[in-house]
Amino acid sequence: MTTAGAKHPTPSAAPGRAFFHTYRFQISIIALLVALYVIFIIRAPGTYLSFNIYRSFMISIPFFGLMAMAATFIITLGEIDLSFPSAAGFSGWVFTASYAATDSFMVALVLCLATGAVIGLINGLLVTKIGIPSIVATIGTMFLWRGLVNVVTAGHGIPISQITSSPLHALFVGQVFGKIPAQFIWFVVGSIIMGLFYKRHWFGSHVLFMGDNAASARMMGIHVDRVKIICFVIMGVSAALSVVFIVNQLTFFWASTGDGYLLTTLAAVFIGGTSVFGGKGTMIGTFVGVLIIASLEPGIIAIGLTGFYTQFIYGLLITISVAIYALMLRRSD
Amino acid sequence: MTSTAPLLQMKGIQKSFGHVRVLRDIDLEINYGEIVALIGDNGAGKSTLIKIITGVYTPTAGEIYFKGERITPRDVRASRALGIEAVYQERALAEQQELWRNVFAGHERTTFLGFLDLAAQRRETEQLMRSRMGLTSQAITVESEVGSLSGGEKQGVAIARALYFDADLIILDEPTMGLSITETERVLNFTRSIRDQGKSAIFIDHNIFHVYDVADRFIILDRGRIAERFLKSEVTREKLIETMVALHEAGELT
Repeated sequence: MTTAGAKHPTPSAAPGRAFFHTYRFQISIIALLVALYVIFIIRAPGTYLSFNIYRSFMISIPFFGLMAMAATFIITLGEIDLSFPSAAGFSGWVFTASYAATDSFMVALVLCLATGAVIGLINGLLVTKIGIPSIVATIGTMFLWRGLVNVVTAGHGIPISQITSSPLHALFVGQVFGKIPAQFIWFVVGSIIMGLFYKRHWFGSHVLFMGDNAASARMMGIHVDRVKIICFVIMGVSAALSVVFIVNQLTFFWASTGDGYLLTTLAAVFIGGTSVFGGKGTMIGTFVGVLIIASLEPGIIAIGLTGFYTQFIYGLLITISVAIYALMLRRSD
Repeated sequence: MTSTAPLLQMKGIQKSFGHVRVLRDIDLEINYGEIVALIGDNGAGKSTLIKIITGVYTPTAGEIYFKGERITPRDVRASRALGIEAVYQERALAEQQELWRNVFAGHERTTFLGFLDLAAQRRETEQLMRSRMGLTSQAITVESEVGSLSGGEKQGVAIARALYFDADLIILDEPTMGLSITETERVLNFTRSIRDQGKSAIFIDHNIFHVYDVADRFIILDRGRIAERFLKSEVTREKLIETMVALHEAGELT
């Protein structure tokens, strides 16, 4: 059906225009990324033409990138999860505490991912079976899990410097081909898998359909509650996997680990063109949104502005991009 | 289109909500390949009756047979699995999704590991568009968002989808509400296509003109009872309207 656009008789439907219309969100955000990098490279060629800055991006992007991909499912449903930084925090404590206790990376990993899954499951059950709106339910669990970390650690950090000797450590944060951080490969592969599930799998199809018209989805026999719960579980497991990268990179667990990723993660999803009303979004958009959010802060400093500009420019980009998307959606009505 | 048992048979259906009796002693049959109009004022019990057939409500008393077998549908999913499908105007489709995603919602064609067979879904949607949905305009493709279709076209998509997935009884709840004359005509044609395929429909509409045009039989509900039944051959449109008005006035008096 790639010829469908070409058969279109009116001038507005020339193949190029149809292609642009279908991929207008993806094209816009990729153009934004390219524009930013043109500015960065012109203003700070020394920094942006060397590999080092890209290497540091590849280390830090997976700390929140997978969470942004997972959040795309939830936002497409028309729901929200505010608790994933706390889910990362508590799963991270489970990882470090069980590693410190057992000296087994495998045990720590399994318990950590299981914790993330259970936290997601609880969110999903609160939203579907008890019927609490997700924004309210996840404000509750956000405090709950972060609070529990504070209680069990009494605010103290846990060092796990001996973890670098575990062979699995290298699998998560080692170097591939001598210079690519392993977590970046995880992020790319995870993103591709989630992207395939989003648009090319029955699961993603159900998510899109539900986010668009939940009553219709129910009538079509879609297991609405089950799909929603699975989305929250994917979010929880992604938060747990992300924190495995974080605590292995730092070889230290802080009681505040995971904090600070909430708004940047959601900003990446919205910059990527996923609609807060549900039913519309793209994983490529979120992926590029993650790259943009991660590039901004170092970019702002590299081109000679002070760090005080960071939030201002975040705000500018987010506001302008969501306004453009809203206008695009209105025009296509 | 003959068969020993009717497609749908309801015997002695009663439905009460608390002390309020909404339906009393409903006996009705729907045969293969016929369109039956269900007419009545607001509050006559039409929507309750429909919800019993589609499994939303369980009757307080009475029996339902579908294709000769006793059924007790417990939810919409169960009744759909049996071959009963309701098409509601506002609830049928997801407007921001592509035509092919709408057609296959809940019925996805998949290959390995549950991944969508996109080629098959697009191909079958394309065939359905040409043969059944009346979507002949070149401006509409399988990739078009359903929100870009007209109201009548959307009804056509919903009806064609139900037929494609082997519904035997399609319930159309006020399908022409708010549509223009040409759009209404389009929906009535889709409704006739149900009969042409040997399938059956229950057609609910306030507009007697639309109903008279399309139905083979008329069942008039009044305050929870079946007040009158007519074959199309035994009744004129004027007589049908007179009956409705008389029932309405009788209702006003009591």
